[in-house]
Amino acid sequence: MAQFNLKVNGKEHQVDVDADTPLLWVLRDNLDLVGTKFGCGIAMCGACTVHVDGDAIRSCSMPISTLGDKSVVTIEGLSADASHPLQNAWREHDVPQCGYCQAGQIMNAAALLSKNASPTDEEIESAMNGNICRCATYNRIKAAIKTASASV
Amino acid sequence: MTLIKTSYNRRSFLKVSAAGSGGLVIGFNWLVSCSPSAETAIKGAPKEWFNVNAYLKIGENGLVTIMSPNPEVGQNIKTSMPMIVAEELDVAWKDVVVEQAPLDTEKFVRQVAGGSQSLRSSWKGLRMAGATARKMLMEAAAKQWQVDASTLTTSEGVIKNAKGETLTYGQIASAAASVTVPEEVELKDPSAFKIIGTDTKNVDIEKIITGKPQYGMDLKKEGMKVAVVLRPPSFGAKLKSFDDSETRKVSGVSDVIQFGNKVAVLGNTTWAAMKGKKALKAEWEQETPAESTEYHDKQMMALLGTKNGEPRRNDGDVDAAFKTADKVIEKTFEGPFLPHNPMEPMNFYGHVTAAKVDLIGPIQTPERTRRQVSELLGRPETEIFIDMTRMGGGFGRRLYGDFVLEVAEISKLSNTPIKLVYTREDDMTAGIYRPASKYKFKAGVKDGKLVAYHLVGTGINGNGWTRENWFPAGSIPNYRVESYGQDSNITTGAWRAPITNFLAYAEQSFIDEVAEEMGVDAVQLRLDLLEKAKSDPVGTVDYEPEKMIGAIKLAAEKANWSTTEDGVSKGFSAYYSHNSYVAMVAEVVNKKGQPSTRKVTCAVDCGIVINPIAAKNQIEGGIIDGIGHAMYGDMTFVNGAPQASNFNNYRLIRMGEAPPVIECHFVKNTNDPTGLGEPSLPPAGGALANAMYKATGQRFYKQPFMQQQIKLG
Repeated sequence: MAQFNLKVNGKEHQVDVDADTPLLWVLRDNLDLVGTKFGCGIAMCGACTVHVDGDAIRSCSMPISTLGDKSVVTIEGLSADASHPLQNAWREHDVPQCGYCQAGQIMNAAALLSKNASPTDEEIESAMNGNICRCATYNRIKAAIKTASASV
Repeated sequence: MTLIKTSYNRRSFLKVSAAGSGGLVIGFNWLVSCSPSAETAIKGAPKEWFNVNAYLKIGENGLVTIMSPNPEVGQNIKTSMPMIVAEELDVAWKDVVVEQAPLDTEKFVRQVAGGSQSLRSSWKGLRMAGATARKMLMEAAAKQWQVDASTLTTSEGVIKNAKGETLTYGQIASAAASVTVPEEVELKDPSAFKIIGTDTKNVDIEKIITGKPQYGMDLKKEGMKVAVVLRPPSFGAKLKSFDDSETRKVSGVSDVIQFGNKVAVLGNTTWAAMKGKKALKAEWEQETPAESTEYHDKQMMALLGTKNGEPRRNDGDVDAAFKTADKVIEKTFEGPFLPHNPMEPMNFYGHVTAAKVDLIGPIQTPERTRRQVSELLGRPETEIFIDMTRMGGGFGRRLYGDFVLEVAEISKLSNTPIKLVYTREDDMTAGIYRPASKYKFKAGVKDGKLVAYHLVGTGINGNGWTRENWFPAGSIPNYRVESYGQDSNITTGAWRAPITNFLAYAEQSFIDEVAEEMGVDAVQLRLDLLEKAKSDPVGTVDYEPEKMIGAIKLAAEKANWSTTEDGVSKGFSAYYSHNSYVAMVAEVVNKKGQPSTRKVTCAVDCGIVINPIAAKNQIEGGIIDGIGHAMYGDMTFVNGAPQASNFNNYRLIRMGEAPPVIECHFVKNTNDPTGLGEPSLPPAGGALANAMYKATGQRFYKQPFMQQQIKLG
């Protein structure tokens, strides 16, 4: 066990965990931020997507020891009042079915839009390829990203 | 306008009381049809028929709270069903709050059932509850105004009298609690619906898009340990011995416990338990035969070739008809095992103490599971409490409570509150798969007519592989259907649209090929057959040919079936299941040298559409799910061991592979609604296979299609 300092959603935290503990489990078990989901544990489904210094990363496969002083943003910190253009678009398109993968979808899409404000269909498909939605709400996710991109 | 009774044998379907905080509470049974005239509905009703499992509360502030007994698994039941109550109650949807009903309250007897029939069976009960509350509120208002209730009208939670005076539901709610429950209530005419048929957003959307805890996986309780379990690596293997010395060295591992044929690692955190499990060394011995896909294939092929028992249906004489036929077409279709793979892996919380057993998590069958836990622990059911959380998908997997039994046993042995968590590998390899199956179809054509049809179905575990009284039953004079099962130690269970998730593809692909051999348009052949089943059926049928004709015609029209377009290959499919009718056209085009589905146009007859935006979501999801599994889904076995374990070696469809456009059209009618969680999935694989055939010249007889070298023609 070792102590790690990390900044999540603008707040400083200190945790005492094994160096190989994935960021996902630090968020969920130590910081009680459970919006970030466990899906596969091997970075193949995207349910655990968070932002690390603005990049979308799979938190299930990032050991806490590699985080350094980078800042983390999770779905809980995406916006102060659930008003991110993607959250608005998610409401408008009534995207979710079971909802479990959606935080990861939104976080991945938010990173895409922060780098490419108006992605083409193909760019969206390519960026979202790592995020599985087992209920297959893919077309609504895509439509919501396009709606949000118009207002970013 | 429809009148329905609110009692049967003088016992009311409803329980009425005053709300503690003021207002009116009406308890009702959400899940059972309440039409007392239908004898069959009464016979099929559970023993606790009159017990309530849901209620609606009208507070003095006018807020309507509807307690839903059903856990949400993604089918949007928590939104769509309260809409029905609100419609008959005549309140504005914005004044309605939907809550998941708690389990341990004296108000409820829980009778939750899974499956796609809940909307169909609850339709009348939900309407009656809303209509009864409205009538009681009106009676109370009439009394206060000293007028006859028939002179009053309601609109969005406000009662109005002939003089134009008004009372809100909230103002009269407490007084309504003492009104006698009416024996009969009037239901709205569908043409007067204001909420039903209107796009209504998911009631849990805010929690979902802000990451609020609501799934079983998110649960955390004081003193709780996380358990991760080592299970047999192959079906039929028995635990011989295990060495936990390395596991116990992992920091955060608190205990290692053997239970039955499994070993649980308990940790202070999820990661500690997962790491501890990886460090376990175990030896296994094969107790029952280690089966392989190769073995299953051989056994099933043998079953297709021999007559093993009585046919499930036999019209005319197929053997004689085949002998005199001008043309005989025979094809075999093969489908693999499939894991369910809900995005939220199996998990459950359990705490077994001397006083009681608390169980919380995602399960579709709490009542059956409670019975099983009672048997396992030797404790009365009255000491066992199950609460349900929102489910991160199910697809059938959460109908089975094996993981609840596991957590109960681990908590009992460790004397600790436990959250059991499956890794993705555990989830994919622990079993209860969609069973593998095979179908042999044979058709005989004479004088340009389909005169004989013979289907033999087989699969792993169980023997109900066919739907012999569904299409094309009734349309062909000589018709025989047989079904035989092959037992296995690999565990199997229901998977979204059980049986038909593969059977429909096989049948609809075969019909397409038969139409081609006959030189008839694929849609026209279906219509001709259905016309026969409708006007002069051979034997009895369990579907309504007229409704299927309606869905087929609508899909063909909306997709411009009869017009051709350069570079576009269209495939047709239609299927009846779960009391709904779905027909669709898939369009395949060349996308970077590969065939790709650019559009699916589908027509659905599901009666009254409660919530179009959610209904379309279900239909879109079912179609992409059907296409995805037809293309990629595969679980094979070698020496009893499942060969896929995570999303690196098990392929699920992704965004870029989904048809980007899915058009849903509903056959407009005012029939009672039927479910939509499953019906769009079965026909999707057939529409895809038939379109791919036109694009490539290749027929697809085996799933997943990607195993076949696919080349554009």
